[in-house]
Amino acid sequence: MTEQRYDAIVVGGGHNGLVAAAYLARAGRKTLVLERRPLVGGAAVTEEVFPGFKFSVFSYVVSLLRPEIIRDLDLPRHGLQILPLESTVTPLDNGDYLAGWADPDETREELRRHSPRDADAAVVFGHLMHHMAMAVKPILGMIPPDPASLSPRDLMGLLKLGSHFRSLGSEHFHALHKLMTMSSADYLDEWFEFDALKATRSASGIIGTFLGPRSPGSAYVLLHHYMGEIDGAFRAWGFQKGGTGAISESIAGAAKAFGAEIRTGADVIAVTTKDGKATGVALKGGQEIQAKLVISGLDPRLTFTRLVDPKTLPGELVEGIRRYKFRGSSGKVNLALSGLPSFSCLPGNGPHLRGAISISPSLEYLERAYDDAKYGEFSQHPYMDVVLPSMIDPGMAPPGQHVMSIFVQYAPFELNGGWNDAKREAFGDAVVRTLARYAPNLPSLILHRQVITPHDIEAITGLSEGNIFQGELALQQLFFLRPVPRWAKYRTPIEGYWQCGAGTHPGGGIMGASGRLAALEILGATK
Amino acid sequence: MLKTTPFHPRTAPLVRAQTWRRWSGYQMASAYDPHPDREYAAVRNSAALFDVSPLHKYLITGRDAQRLLDRLITRDVTKLKIGQVYYTPWCDARGKVVDDGTLSRLDEGTYRLTSADSSLRWLHMNAVGMDVEIQDVTEKVATLALQGPLSRAILDQVSPLDYGKLKYFRVAPTTVRGFPVTVSRTGYTGDLGYEIWVDNHYALKLWDSLVEAGADYGLTPAGVWALDIARIEAGLIMLDVDYHSAHHALIESRKSSPYEINLGWAVSATKGPFNGRRALIAERERGAAWGFVGLEIEWTSFERQFARHHLPPQISNVAWRTSVPVYRRGSQIGYATSGCWSPILKKPLALAHLEKPHFAPGTKVEIEITVEHRRVRANAVVRALPFYDPERKKA
Repeated sequence: MTEQRYDAIVVGGGHNGLVAAAYLARAGRKTLVLERRPLVGGAAVTEEVFPGFKFSVFSYVVSLLRPEIIRDLDLPRHGLQILPLESTVTPLDNGDYLAGWADPDETREELRRHSPRDADAAVVFGHLMHHMAMAVKPILGMIPPDPASLSPRDLMGLLKLGSHFRSLGSEHFHALHKLMTMSSADYLDEWFEFDALKATRSASGIIGTFLGPRSPGSAYVLLHHYMGEIDGAFRAWGFQKGGTGAISESIAGAAKAFGAEIRTGADVIAVTTKDGKATGVALKGGQEIQAKLVISGLDPRLTFTRLVDPKTLPGELVEGIRRYKFRGSSGKVNLALSGLPSFSCLPGNGPHLRGAISISPSLEYLERAYDDAKYGEFSQHPYMDVVLPSMIDPGMAPPGQHVMSIFVQYAPFELNGGWNDAKREAFGDAVVRTLARYAPNLPSLILHRQVITPHDIEAITGLSEGNIFQGELALQQLFFLRPVPRWAKYRTPIEGYWQCGAGTHPGGGIMGASGRLAALEILGATK
Repeated sequence: MLKTTPFHPRTAPLVRAQTWRRWSGYQMASAYDPHPDREYAAVRNSAALFDVSPLHKYLITGRDAQRLLDRLITRDVTKLKIGQVYYTPWCDARGKVVDDGTLSRLDEGTYRLTSADSSLRWLHMNAVGMDVEIQDVTEKVATLALQGPLSRAILDQVSPLDYGKLKYFRVAPTTVRGFPVTVSRTGYTGDLGYEIWVDNHYALKLWDSLVEAGADYGLTPAGVWALDIARIEAGLIMLDVDYHSAHHALIESRKSSPYEINLGWAVSATKGPFNGRRALIAERERGAAWGFVGLEIEWTSFERQFARHHLPPQISNVAWRTSVPVYRRGSQIGYATSGCWSPILKKPLALAHLEKPHFAPGTKVEIEITVEHRRVRANAVVRALPFYDPERKKA
């Protein structure tokens, strides 16, 4: 049975797929989004896992959502409402803490308490990172030019990029080179002395990668996360009211307002082709839907080896996809709590509970957490980024009760002996046990515990090996190399078949840039 | 010494960075935190608690109370029902706005008027020969504004009134934890919200009751900085910022008619004699010379002015209140009087006075901005007010 024909079908209703669909529909293309799960959002979903308690099940904060997408799609009108997440507190093993507050003076004084030298250095470091982020930011909005290509468009792109980097000046250019090559620990060692500060800052360099803070290349990821800061003016950083699912809903709302159709519970098993051209999709159950274009929002492995027969693709592409690194390294524990946790370093309620709590007391702590993972175990004492969404949006839990979102690293996809129910619970136990060292009343408050391993992430969302970025943000698979050389411009060897997920440039985080750039490229190529 | 409100013993310890300001001779918190982000967010996300006690408040009773007020304001007081509230301007004899505020009919013959400026002299001048009692209760009645999507849920915890039935711009007597208050479904934020009017004697009890009941609902004490952003988003004007009182303007051109400050809707076309009637009828016929509208500043053009200096756009988390020229096709056609970055709409906004015929919604204009010490212009589009108007405000 076949249905009416669409201009474009987007496979996967993750946030990038929705963004791509919205831009295509905005340009007048008859667009259909097909999502396997009963709700859109992919890894940006809010679900009431326990009655009355709403969890941002996977992705839990917004930092990099592109301002141009917010504007072009008028997301505020469709429910985007980003609330301030103002502080980061790192409990220390000696009972003290390190805090970064919303106010720069308060933050500087807090840091001075631990290291007067670092307090000064942080200001200069902040300026440098500002320049670095400004330098890299245009790349986020750019279709990556291929330096190995001689096409006029690639050369123009490279020229633009070259003159952009020349404008940096040597000091900044050198710093950028260091960021691209060093480990986050080494990079931060050049600036700071206070261990907990370095640990907490380096944590953003390891999120979602199978790297430790001392692994070369981790410094770049630090920058990737810092880029959220230059949009500081636009204030796109924080906590979405209603959880990250509400961001997906807002993008879906915009897409529908532009005329896109969204179907959930629609499991695409294959892209149909004829004479090397995409003709539509086949759904589980036998239904086929025709379209001029098919755009995959799934990750590169699924895009190139599941939805289409890899035998029909060039060998080097398939080989590249096979080598492309996913290596999911993080898990998530979501708790429904009967009351507020009390941290020994800052007992009772307070502003710290409205921000992030970072379990990163020292670089050695993080590196040891990585050591466990390197040898195939989850960290006994993991790095954790903890948020209490109900403290920011009271609607996330019944009055007086709370939800706690715990991002946990490391939990390797390839666990010794494989993941099973017992291992999952043991992982959950390690998380709660470690956190209870800093908040002793936590275990007594737990009404419900949801433990999500990389294996679960893959099983639920489809993300290969549970990698939250659709593939590691490692230098060898970024920019014109993402996902693989020669196929970094959202195209595939199959005419009419495109890619738009985070496995394409620039990827990672609830950024939406991949979806937007893919849609713009498609619209430019298929006028 | 500036005066302090009855809530001062509670609010003062919360002001962390000594960010105080003046409001009608009172000392008032600009913000409790060093910056207003969280306080503003509470208005649109949970509930914010504002001390608005410096509002001037007059209790007007007596046989001629309705007659006096009907002469005073531009709306038809004979149609004001018991338990209803008007928002209204009032004018001088030439139809120029003196002040704006709310008029509540508390019972058959009792009215409460609020104003930004002290209005006692003007009330008495209009009451000559009438059988009315005008009581200035500014210092006797303390007022809290509880504003935000969860404001109703909080009031439900402490007050027996059926808040689902208290409609927009209605007022009712009730109690909070047993002591008497009146609650109006009004506010200065453009959101779901209430103002709670209480005898000074119970002021601290009221504060404590709301703070306690609101703890699980994200209740956040908030200052004037947060209020200012919310009221700009809601397109609500402010005396001495967006317009000048006809009684204070040094020159004629500083005065405005209701039509010129977007309050034409509040001028009754049918009622009998009232201050400024003749001038207002004439103005309605010939059309106002000025319009008061919203300006949405285009981000890309705003950003471009900063990018020239290799800067990301600089925006403040506090609203501005200065007069800024507005141009169209190279000529100045008006001026903006206040503006802010709207965190919820993610747009820079301004409120502006524009000359006829440039104030139609959709008109493209330019607004002056200062970037790196230089005055440049950013593109802006005229918008009808309010900028932000959630359904829950009236639902």
